[in-house]
Amino acid sequence: MGWIAIRMLTGDRVKFIGLIFGVAFSTLLITQQLSIFVNLLLRGAAAVHEVPTADIWVMDRSGRTPDVTLPMPATALDRVRGVSGVGWAVPMIRSGATVRTPEGDLEPVSVIGVDDATLTGLPRTMVAGDRERLSDPDAVFIDDVGARKLFPAGGAVGTRLELNDQRAVVRGIVDANPTFTSTVILYTRYSNALEFVPGTRNRLSFILARAAPGSDPAAVAKAIEAATGLRARTRDQFARDGVDYIIENTGIPINFGITVALGFVVGVAIVGLTFSLFIRDNIKQFGALKAIGVTNMKIRGMVATQAAMVGLIGYGLGILLAVLFVWTGAQNSDAFKGFYTPWQIPLITAAVVMVMILLTGLLALRVVLRTEPAEVFR
Amino acid sequence: MTPAIEVAGVTKAFPVGDSQVQVLHGINVAIRSGELTYLVGESGSGKTTLISIIAGILFPTQGRVEVFGTDLYALSDTRLVQFRLATIGFIFQQYNLLPTLTAAENAAVPLIAAGMSRREATDRARELLDRLNIADQADKLPRQLSGGQQQRVAIGRALVHAPRLVVCDEPTAALDARSGRRVMDLLRAVALAEDRAVIIVTHDNRVFDLADRILAMEDGRITHDGTTMPQGH
Ligand SMILES: Nc1ncnc2c1ncn2[C@@H]1O[C@H](COP(=O)(O)OP(=O)(O)O)[C@@H](O)[C@H]1O
Ligand SMILES: [Mg+2]
Repeated sequence: MGWIAIRMLTGDRVKFIGLIFGVAFSTLLITQQLSIFVNLLLRGAAAVHEVPTADIWVMDRSGRTPDVTLPMPATALDRVRGVSGVGWAVPMIRSGATVRTPEGDLEPVSVIGVDDATLTGLPRTMVAGDRERLSDPDAVFIDDVGARKLFPAGGAVGTRLELNDQRAVVRGIVDANPTFTSTVILYTRYSNALEFVPGTRNRLSFILARAAPGSDPAAVAKAIEAATGLRARTRDQFARDGVDYIIENTGIPINFGITVALGFVVGVAIVGLTFSLFIRDNIKQFGALKAIGVTNMKIRGMVATQAAMVGLIGYGLGILLAVLFVWTGAQNSDAFKGFYTPWQIPLITAAVVMVMILLTGLLALRVVLRTEPAEVFR
Repeated sequence: MTPAIEVAGVTKAFPVGDSQVQVLHGINVAIRSGELTYLVGESGSGKTTLISIIAGILFPTQGRVEVFGTDLYALSDTRLVQFRLATIGFIFQQYNLLPTLTAAENAAVPLIAAGMSRREATDRARELLDRLNIADQADKLPRQLSGGQQQRVAIGRALVHAPRLVVCDEPTAALDARSGRRVMDLLRAVALAEDRAVIIVTHDNRVFDLADRILAMEDGRITHDGTTMPQGH
């Protein structure tokens, strides 16, 4: 009876397409919104993931995320290096600053000063220029998204900038993970950064450390905290802190939550209504089948086949569209740079669609099962 | 000879609001094999209710129905459904064909429901449609057929599994006189046999002469039983 159920469904073109559309639309909306949501949250951890070699981030006691920086005295670096279990430790400055572009526009930027000797914290991949050039006097590297923002016409490399009224020259473009705040990032050597960023003697923002081979980063972080009174987090903890900060301090979860809920509700509404219309249109036929001698068991199978078919095709189509949407966005828009569809999200959407199909299927089935076969003689 | 169908003390009451409306009052009747039996009577007299109870799709309030020796309402729900599938062919007034299946596929439904492969079932349905003179329409959808052709597909569906009892409710109501007569002729020719019975509810006075036996109902009772129409019709 399975093929009969499918023919009943596909034969009614308009409703069939309506059902597929409903499921696909819901799937697309939910998957796409969840993907954007997760990718945005992950941007809270972008700075941490930019330095895969560092196991441990050390900061001021009150520090919380990579984007909120509180200065530490320069002596902190040696104290961290002195803790047993620490393999290596390097300084990093992260600070807000202002650049004046050649056109005279003022633009807030993030200055990141990386260790002069190892360049730890500088993104791996260069889009333009040579990594060595960061040693040039006054050299800065700009992130790729920032380069397109500050120099829409191109020609970033070689341009002179006024960075906090100091002379700086763009010597390269790096492929950086966009951060949540998406400010332009200028990378420079730690010693240079001290020149660019004015202030007191205390300008060290973070100490990036790696546990010695054989040492557990979490244990080493604890040891650093105990020995120095500073705050030390493992990479995973600190990444999580960055994500949590966004969750706790922005309206993003609520906004996306509402959209996802809406996707579900609209899906249930379209699919539920169309499916019950379809069932109602075919109720006489179902009644006739019951009279002829099709058992309720087989009727259940038929409705389940119809619901499953709608669910599978609609879901497949929706996921395809959503992945394509996210992928196209990531290729073509700086706002979506690095966005992808984490594999968990299609699974979540599958569960949601399953609930949706189950709800509408059971509702429709109730109507069919309640139909008395005697009604076909009426 | 034991009768094909035995109806004993059957009553039916429907709940209407807070009270019950008695639609059948103690029906006792036996239907013989090899006969085409007409059930006639005014609208509302209880014909459809009685034929539904005989066909095993409506529980009587009281009484017993035996079809070829099986006490229908003593069966479990599932057994009753299986019994209907194996033993009873239905022809509904509105045909109730599946609009997205072809004529042959529609006619094959009882065989498919019984577990026969789609191919074999439609092959058999085609043979029957051939006997019903609509072989050339076998691959068309119901909406591409005339009313008379659809009715024949419905008859094909009722007969494809060679059920021993065929019940029809007003099968000719929507047809013109000639088509109506041909349907009755076909039913006689294809459905009737020594060990089989056909019951037709009708008030189509154009075809009364084709019956072996005519039962007339009034107000939930059988008031006439003969080979001709009761007086006053
Ligand atoms: N499900 C029902 N609920 C209430 N009354 C019903 C129901 N089915 C039939 N009746 C009533 O039973 C009577 C007989 O109906 P029916 O058997 O359809 O008569 P006929 O087929 O002879 O026209 C009618 O008065 C009808 O209104
Ligand atoms: Mg009737």
